[in-house]
Amino acid sequence: MKRVQFEHSAVPYLFIAPQILIISIFFLWPAVQALYQSFLLEDAFGLSSQFVWFRNFEDVLSSSSWTRSAIFTVVFSVLVSVLSIAISLFLAVRADEVIRGAKTYKTLLMWGYAIAPPVAGLLGIMMFNPLMGDLYMVFNSFGFEFNHIENPNDAAFVVILIAVWKQVSVNVIFFLSGLQGIPKSIQEAATLDCKSPERRFWTITFPLLAPTTFFLLVINLTYAFFETFGIIDVSTKGAPGGSTATLVYKVYVDGFLGADMGGSAAQSVLLMIMVSVLTVFQFRFIERKVHY
Amino acid sequence: MFRKTLMAAAAVFAIGNTAQAATEITWWHAMDGALGDVVNQITEDFNASQDEYKLVSINKGGYEDTMTAGIAAFRANNQPNIIQIFDAGAATIINAKGAVKPVQDLLEENDVAFNINDYIPGVRYFYADSDGKMIGMPFNSSTPLLYYNKEALAKAGVDVPKTWQEFEAAAPKLKEAGYAALAQSHSPWIFFENFMSRHNLQMATGNNGYDNTDVEILYNNDALKDHWQHVKDWKDAGYYGYYGRAWGANQDAFVQQQVAMWIGSSGSFGGLRKSAQFDFGTSTLPYWENVGDAPKSTFIGGAALFAFSGHDAEQDAGVAEFFKFLTKPETQYYWHKETGYVPITNAAYDLAKSDGYYNESPDAEVGIIQLSEEGGEWTKGYRLGFYVQIREVIYREVDKIMNGEETVDAAFATIEEEANGLLDRFNDTYSN
Repeated sequence: MKRVQFEHSAVPYLFIAPQILIISIFFLWPAVQALYQSFLLEDAFGLSSQFVWFRNFEDVLSSSSWTRSAIFTVVFSVLVSVLSIAISLFLAVRADEVIRGAKTYKTLLMWGYAIAPPVAGLLGIMMFNPLMGDLYMVFNSFGFEFNHIENPNDAAFVVILIAVWKQVSVNVIFFLSGLQGIPKSIQEAATLDCKSPERRFWTITFPLLAPTTFFLLVINLTYAFFETFGIIDVSTKGAPGGSTATLVYKVYVDGFLGADMGGSAAQSVLLMIMVSVLTVFQFRFIERKVHY
Repeated sequence: MFRKTLMAAAAVFAIGNTAQAATEITWWHAMDGALGDVVNQITEDFNASQDEYKLVSINKGGYEDTMTAGIAAFRANNQPNIIQIFDAGAATIINAKGAVKPVQDLLEENDVAFNINDYIPGVRYFYADSDGKMIGMPFNSSTPLLYYNKEALAKAGVDVPKTWQEFEAAAPKLKEAGYAALAQSHSPWIFFENFMSRHNLQMATGNNGYDNTDVEILYNNDALKDHWQHVKDWKDAGYYGYYGRAWGANQDAFVQQQVAMWIGSSGSFGGLRKSAQFDFGTSTLPYWENVGDAPKSTFIGGAALFAFSGHDAEQDAGVAEFFKFLTKPETQYYWHKETGYVPITNAAYDLAKSDGYYNESPDAEVGIIQLSEEGGEWTKGYRLGFYVQIREVIYREVDKIMNGEETVDAAFATIEEEANGLLDRFNDTYSN
């Protein structure tokens, strides 16, 4: 195939320069630093360091707590993304049908967006406080022996619940605008052809929303991997027994609290590789099924 | 226009500078809330006491945040003069050769009289090197104490237990009276580190880590494992309340009268006096009779002040001047009274006694009595690298003991293995 080459000026490069500059300063440069640091054993104050090849990676990969945390991170991220997308899709579709008080209704669904993750974590963990938490009392009054202080599954449930709740409102915003983008004529034509709203949803609405859903899948996974840090730090702090510590939380504990620079750099490099692989996978295999 | 504004701003600055000839020294600390107010008061008092130096104190969050901020600032050559570093982080800063100026050198260079024996025995060598030279100035020093709900104990008809044997006798009666007998707020500090000190057991090789960094942890021993087996049994029997690793959650259980006794810090006294709606008393940390040679004095917890290197002599002189002010009996007495932390010098303790402070609130003296109890070979402290992470391992394994995921033996084997791995890394990082 022959491509037509246009002569163009430097103007386009000028336009993307600020973006490139920001990415270089805030991503590329730190990433290279982290990569370099991950091969070093260096004291916290940077007064002495030695090159140790893959020692940091060996130490990380051989630790059982890292493995546990990696498994939890994957399970947690998938559950948070899938649940928050599913719930918000349901809510958005339902809210889109509301006629009376539609604005108020939609605003109420969206305003959780304004809450920062640590605040969400604090609100959540207060509701699960064993001495005064309402949800804790409710669960236990139904005969569950709910105890997130001791039981790893219950603790995972609590952080997933908070993380999903926090993310649903963000997703609702996107789904609502995605639904606005579906032409009324198509929906009306579909109504004539098919009586079942459920079938109409799966054959018309859902495929047309696919670009939005795919976009949300990408940002929800990123959210679950990285931004839930604030939620975990104020709610469980990785307890019980390190069962709710995500990889990012572990990087923070070892690097920032424990001042182990090399070890936490190695962990963040591993995390970077994981997320890169995941992103490539998403774009190669899932995006193919999306029609824009 | 812009130029004019700039020039005006420069002029204002110039005036400000001439009016303020005092040398400025900065202090980053981890004291917030009520404790932060006391720190600010001390700062103000110091500034009012002389006009050569101006101390600026800044709260940098909690202990870990403060340490992280100090590390980042040091790496950027922008370090404060004084930084507050907590007990578990002491090894990190002391072993980084050249990061700090030993406080003893700093004081002697600036002709401030210094005698390590002026400090109370419990705090004297905790932040010293293996030769006994003081590196960090002990600041907020606390020790674990038992707080008890007087009404609950009276209702159950039991006395305050001095030993764990007495505790075991009292616990069923407290349960009958409707209370879990005990909770505590910091497993690594109270039921590991201070357990070793109280029973005079060695905590790590290499003289508890003071001699060098090539050391191993000695936690995997029968006495400590036996203690934790008891704790687990108490929990299963409903005598021990486990509210997770959070300090506040366990303290709240005591404040809300779910548990009759709670082990916290001597520094918790002031806060409890405000929050607890009942009459409570304090007592010393219980010990096992016949284990080690208990009772011996406990370790201090809390934090010390370190003087970062890399500042000019004039600022260092200011730091020395402030430390002199800080260790004055009057300052220490004020600090002790306002916060519940122990006074760090004998002179300050004597002042508190002669002022009659302990007659009006005898509970305030329990901490310092415990720290002044007979010391043993292993009561002066510990110096272990990556100890913050070792505490994380302990928290994690304690969770697993408590929820039955692991046996005590298995948990302690993990603690030993992971702690030694961390100590090994620390040694490889810092020993050359």
